[in-house]
Amino acid sequence: MNSTRDIDALIDLMAKLPGLGPRSARRAVLHLIRKRALLLTPLADLMQSVAVTARECLNCGNIGTSDVCDICASHKRGNGLICVVEDVADLWAMERAGVFKGRYHVLGGTLSALDAIGPEDLRIPKLVDRVASEDITEVILALNATVDGQTTAHYIADQLDGRTLLTTLAQGVPIGGELDYLDDGTITAALNARKSI
Amino acid sequence: MASLALSELKLSHFRSHKHARIDADGRPVVLYGPNGAGKTNILEAVSLFSPGRGLRHASAADMARRPESLGWKLSGVLHSLHQIHEIDITCQEGGARQVRIDEKAAPQLALGRIARVLWLVPSMDRLWIEGAEGRRRFLDRITMSFTPAHGDATLAYDKAMRERNRLLKDMVRDPHWYRALETQMAEAGAVIHANRQAALVHLAAAQDQAETAFPTATLDLIAGDAGMPETSDDFCAALADNRPRDMAAGRSLIGPHRADLFATYAAKDVPARDCSTGEQKALLVSLILANARALARDFGAPPLLLLDEVAAHLDADRRGALYHEITALGAQAWMTGTEMTLFDTLGDAAMYVKITEIDGLSQVAQHDA
Repeated sequence: MNSTRDIDALIDLMAKLPGLGPRSARRAVLHLIRKRALLLTPLADLMQSVAVTARECLNCGNIGTSDVCDICASHKRGNGLICVVEDVADLWAMERAGVFKGRYHVLGGTLSALDAIGPEDLRIPKLVDRVASEDITEVILALNATVDGQTTAHYIADQLDGRTLLTTLAQGVPIGGELDYLDDGTITAALNARKSI
Repeated sequence: MASLALSELKLSHFRSHKHARIDADGRPVVLYGPNGAGKTNILEAVSLFSPGRGLRHASAADMARRPESLGWKLSGVLHSLHQIHEIDITCQEGGARQVRIDEKAAPQLALGRIARVLWLVPSMDRLWIEGAEGRRRFLDRITMSFTPAHGDATLAYDKAMRERNRLLKDMVRDPHWYRALETQMAEAGAVIHANRQAALVHLAAAQDQAETAFPTATLDLIAGDAGMPETSDDFCAALADNRPRDMAAGRSLIGPHRADLFATYAAKDVPARDCSTGEQKALLVSLILANARALARDFGAPPLLLLDEVAAHLDADRRGALYHEITALGAQAWMTGTEMTLFDTLGDAAMYVKITEIDGLSQVAQHDA
């Protein structure tokens, strides 16, 4: 019997994580074993706990450990704004910026006929319900500027037409960005959305 | 050195070439040798320095040398206006094509900003008599040479149309989903249509202003049976109206993907498709040269020209006129022919590369006139 079988299996599992390959997985596992008390045991405990408790918020699709996430549960976030994002990672990116004070709606993907992902596979019907029931004044569509992202944005806009104010994020020059490095489409968008200073 | 030229081209395991290197100096490059020696493979390699699938419209996997099929690599030093770029194009076995410009990974479309490549290959000799798809591709290459962003619009349009076609085939009846896709098709489609029309205006101007031995072609964009609505809103409405017919057909029946290019031999007022083989070839050469002249003005440098078996169907006078126009334009033209004598009138104005084949391997030998 191979005495390192479990460790090898752990390395193989870790190597499946995004951003890790076999080499970095071996380093990570070795590091965890060396820091058994400080890292490995607490990590194992937490993973076990999260495996049981992690769930999607029934309201917005955010990931948390209760049926309704902290953002949806907070009265302070109920300012009538909903920001629609494709994925939880996008929600976290928005939260890192710390500017948006409303609530979110995570679609869980984008419409794609070729991949057989339709409106009912996303949380679009739920979004329509929320706009009707939560006294929403504005829906901000923060979807990716890809064909699928924009198709989804147009679809939602069509569904919510006339029920609330609909906006999308601006497109243009990133903060700290240099014009020379921008593609033609971004420069065109930035120029069209220019503002007086 | 011409203001747009490859000064060095290296091929590794690409088609019939195991290792090949050509050092150029901006003059036209004549590639000559027997049939099947690997001349067109070199033109194809140069064509990959522009976005797209190259002059054979082949997949990256098909370009690997057989039987090894290890993947392939092209390296080039490109002089573009006042800059020099090192470009690597690689394809690992079974993988997609990767582009690196100055040692940094770059999307294929980035090549369109630093290089302009136009080509004329024997399969285009039947361009005016065969299906519309070839003519659309020809027009889109001309358009992309003027407006590299045309490629983005085409990609966006094709993606949205494929999605819509899937819905049509699956008989999905959700009008919101259709409208979302049709809005995107309409936005991209209007851009495509406008870009194509602008390109034709550019070409017409370049033909009008030129003193050339080649006949002028009058070009018209035919928008398909149903026409092409002028604005994106009209196009969107037309797509919505057409849904039942599209659903019956299982695909989108209107839009810029159904357009056609109609050419007329202006001096004789005869459609290109009814002209003689030689006249059809002369019209194509005329259009390529007009495109090159317009680019020289627009982009600031004449494009790289890839002229495969260009001497075929051209008499000695027209060949001489072609070489004269290329050298007057200052374009780095890569030309192939079976005999060096076909290029006699170029003399020292070109450099020569003899291509032969030994045991399935192409051999490359460079020399002056």
